[in-house]
Amino acid sequence: MKIEDLLNHMSQWLKGTGPHSDIVISSRIRLARNLSKYPFPHWASKAQLEEVLAKSSEAMSRIGMLKNATLFRLADLDSIDKQFLVERHLMSIEHSQKTEYKAVLVDNEEIIAIMVNEEDHLRIQLMQSGFNLLEAWSMINSLDDSLSGLLDYAYLDDFGYLTACPTNTGTGMRGSIMLHLPALVMSRQIERVLAAISKLSFTTRGLYGEGTQASGNFFQISNQVSLGHAEEEIIENINGLIRQIIEQEAQARQILLSKSKAVLEDRINRSLGILKSARIITSQETIELLSMVRLGSDLGMVRDIDRRTINELFIITQPAHLQKLEGNKLSSEERDLKRAQLIRNKLNLSGA
Amino acid sequence: MLCDICKKNPATVHLTEIIDNQMNELHLCEECARNKSAAMEQQFGLSDLLAGMADFEKPVKDEEAVSVKCPNCNLTYADFKKVGRLGCGECYNVFRKYLAPLLKRIHGASRHVGKAPLKGKAPARPGRKKPGLEELKDAMQRAVREENFEEAARLRDKIRAIEEKKES
Repeated sequence: MKIEDLLNHMSQWLKGTGPHSDIVISSRIRLARNLSKYPFPHWASKAQLEEVLAKSSEAMSRIGMLKNATLFRLADLDSIDKQFLVERHLMSIEHSQKTEYKAVLVDNEEIIAIMVNEEDHLRIQLMQSGFNLLEAWSMINSLDDSLSGLLDYAYLDDFGYLTACPTNTGTGMRGSIMLHLPALVMSRQIERVLAAISKLSFTTRGLYGEGTQASGNFFQISNQVSLGHAEEEIIENINGLIRQIIEQEAQARQILLSKSKAVLEDRINRSLGILKSARIITSQETIELLSMVRLGSDLGMVRDIDRRTINELFIITQPAHLQKLEGNKLSSEERDLKRAQLIRNKLNLSGA
Repeated sequence: MLCDICKKNPATVHLTEIIDNQMNELHLCEECARNKSAAMEQQFGLSDLLAGMADFEKPVKDEEAVSVKCPNCNLTYADFKKVGRLGCGECYNVFRKYLAPLLKRIHGASRHVGKAPLKGKAPARPGRKKPGLEELKDAMQRAVREENFEEAARLRDKIRAIEEKKES
């Protein structure tokens, strides 16, 4: 598989299916794993990093679940390719910087991605569409079992899986749910909800994980504690919290519908109108307007554009995606033109 | 800058306190800072008295810790404090007594519960055997939190007995 092949392909998690997919975009689990004896990436020599990469890619090549996966060495990719992988949530921003001896393995459905030599030797991620953490766990659990049969993990009975940063020690697990909460934002309840979340030792982040701002009403919620609770228990805790947030968002949507339907309809249709006719548009404005259109589609106010098209637009209007589609480097001004054109084409094609 | 508490004297002491995961920065004058720290000590003193915890959780002396070095990767505890990352898996063994309280602060626990790798050592769940010192201490703290002081005292005596046996 080449990077270009991903371009004509829709990530499994973007399909807009799965439980509660009106509010939950995706469910993701990542496991942090390290090889025993080898220093963690930040402390390892070049030779050691190379050995870790060789050992892990050898092990990964022997695993059935990964037979349709491709390993990309980051040193071989140009900056647009790297950003492209970040935009598709296949690797972190941190991984795209200082790329020596780093790699990322991606399966062709984009369900599994494994970063090699990020903060830990292995960062294994599994993505599912909709509210589906338990299924994600059962898949990543068996993948992890297979890997642990081939690689010597750094593990102690009392501390569990050993990680570079003590905030990941124990299970090494982080479960994240990406939520779309426009009604809670519009009704100004989101501050209260986020404050409650942080008190319960969960964290909220933006679209692209650590250190990114929430935009377009998207919020990523994940567990903070990784030690002292079994994986299933952590997942059940996240699920319990997410169920409550889903309920509150659904309620807020109903209240908006019953109390200010006209205002809501106006906002949604204006957003759609701008997207269908703009000639110049930034990616930030795109995300905000698409968020409203997605809400319109969830509420049945926008009928001729399906969720899948909207989800796809979120991704392909990002800077690196536009440049891959165009086949060459574009300045920021050129991108804003191209983006508007791409959106018009997609929406006017699927719209009446 | 004026003191956050009295709003009169210039602030010369700057401290960060964390309450319910909320970080607060305080800028205080010397007098208010002294009063505040006295109030804090009193708080801690009370809970120590209740459970006799002061005996068990001896604070780690920093000077002693910083020079400890991991023989596998040569990271010192001072390096760890500087970069916030451990050097390798072996570091967890070497710095065990300093890391356990740190992990406890971060996660509210210092013992792994959950899956184990297929390969290598490891009976999967070590929790089934006789409760060790760590479990007893956890149970004692839980009892204190639940204000079940009789149970806490019973556990405290049990912990003492085990520790005395170890020392003799």
